Amino acid sequence: MADRKKERAQVVSQEMLADGIYSMWLQTEAAGTARAGQFISLYTNDAGKLLPRPISICETAKESGKLRVVYRVTGENTGTRQFSELKAGDRIDMLGPLGNGFPTGRAAGKKVFLMGGGIGVPPILELSRQIECGKKQIIVGYRDSQTFLRDEFEQQGEVYISTEDGSVGTRGNVMDTVKELGLDAEIIYACGPAPMLRAIKAYAEAGQIECYVSLEERMACGIGACLACVCKSKEKDPHSNVHNKRICKDGPVFLSTEVEI
Amino acid sequence: MDMQVNIAGVRWKNPVTVASGTFGSGEEYSEFVELGKLGAVTTKGVANIPWPGNPTPRVAEVYGGMMNAIGLQNPGIDLFCKRDIPFLRKYDTKIIVNVCGKSVEDYCEVVQRLAGEDVDMLEINISCPNVKEGGIAFGQNPKAAEEITKAVKKYAKQPVIMKLSPNVTSIAEMARAVEAGGADAVSLINTLTGMKIDIHRRSFALANKTGGVSGPVIHPIAVRMVYETAQAVQIPIIGMGGIACADDAIEMILAGASAVSVGTANFYRPSAALEIVEGIRGYMEKYGYEKVKDMVGLVK
Repeated sequence: MADRKKERAQVVSQEMLADGIYSMWLQTEAAGTARAGQFISLYTNDAGKLLPRPISICETAKESGKLRVVYRVTGENTGTRQFSELKAGDRIDMLGPLGNGFPTGRAAGKKVFLMGGGIGVPPILELSRQIECGKKQIIVGYRDSQTFLRDEFEQQGEVYISTEDGSVGTRGNVMDTVKELGLDAEIIYACGPAPMLRAIKAYAEAGQIECYVSLEERMACGIGACLACVCKSKEKDPHSNVHNKRICKDGPVFLSTEVEI
Repeated sequence: MDMQVNIAGVRWKNPVTVASGTFGSGEEYSEFVELGKLGAVTTKGVANIPWPGNPTPRVAEVYGGMMNAIGLQNPGIDLFCKRDIPFLRKYDTKIIVNVCGKSVEDYCEVVQRLAGEDVDMLEINISCPNVKEGGIAFGQNPKAAEEITKAVKKYAKQPVIMKLSPNVTSIAEMARAVEAGGADAVSLINTLTGMKIDIHRRSFALANKTGGVSGPVIHPIAVRMVYETAQAVQIPIIGMGGIACADDAIEMILAGASAVSVGTANFYRPSAALEIVEGIRGYMEKYGYEKVKDMVGLVK
């Protein structure tokens, strides 16, 4: 059925959480079906900035049809700067939800790590709200003491913090927290910068722990047609017929052993 | 009023297709676009064997457009014939298969393979700026372009469209060369080679360093090149390059294109191609044109 289309969502609220980090709630049909780990493509209102900005879903309120994104403004004159200037009642074009979410069903009864780093922290919030598991250990890493979303994480499970400058929690990244505190898990879900995911993948594979990582890459279409946002796959991918998977369509969440990071 | 066009003997229901590489083989976009309402679907380039493409990042935005250096990642002709052609055949639209290769033999192998397949036209990509060998090597030298056209024409059972590069001194000369080689039509323009530098990281925005610029920013260049080509050859022209709305498409037709192709606009408005079909219809009604061909090349 050719019935999917871009939607004109309405901004419900906009708030700055930390330097350059904004939280925006949208009234959108996408809220009804969105799952943790999926993303939406947001379009700027500037006709010269053509491409959608893929942004992970931080939280959904299905009953009221609202969806929240927490995103980083990447610089002046950027699309994300324009998003941050939108106010309640403004409209924004979007497409989504897109991609596949985290397979939360795998966590039933298990001791889990939910790990987020930097602008990979926000999707971990929705995951922490949706996941039903045994011991829920939320390990989030930040640059400095601006530990955005921390209060909300604390309502969902045990929270451990790492900061690059050591101002809060463990100095270093989320893997440093795991080592310092001697934490362990039977299943891992993670989103963050490539070096962090690489370290988590190595840790998980050394301990033979099931691990899901959410990747990102520059995108154009966001729906699997343009082949811009590929990652390397361990085995030949059945769709591409080469060792590439599409992050937007086949991911963004992958089993860590499926992909090279 | 009749929206149909005849491109090298193939009748499209309207003059609008989608540009190779922006639409996969249609499957992903079929959730957004009724493929049966397009004049034709032009597939992403396919080679004799699977190609992995370039490292990432493969795309970057530029103001009013974008750059890409995908590197012609494709699953190879075998899987393409098994999966993509049967998928597209379910829809009432024409199938144009874009063919890429690294040598004349590669191109001919794919063309020969497609001779036995139920597809309507072939578009030979001699203009991809993002692969080191092949592609553009044939698209910047008139003699090489003529030779490869002759070679593929020996094997082709479907009409052959040669896709031309704008990264040349005279696109008219290239068009004349492929016409002399026996091309049934030409399509233009492919992307313009560009470069973008990330000033904060002090590195190239694309892993490939250079990439092809597309989108509205290149539209006036494409219109000029379609016009020049229309003055130079008798074969039909499929015009493309930054078409984002019906007005852009009509400009191309008035400059000499018999049909048009929508590319980058698909990425930010999946409905763009169908809106353009309706927009051309509206223009024809407004100005009283009975057939699309009555408008082709009207501005001289």
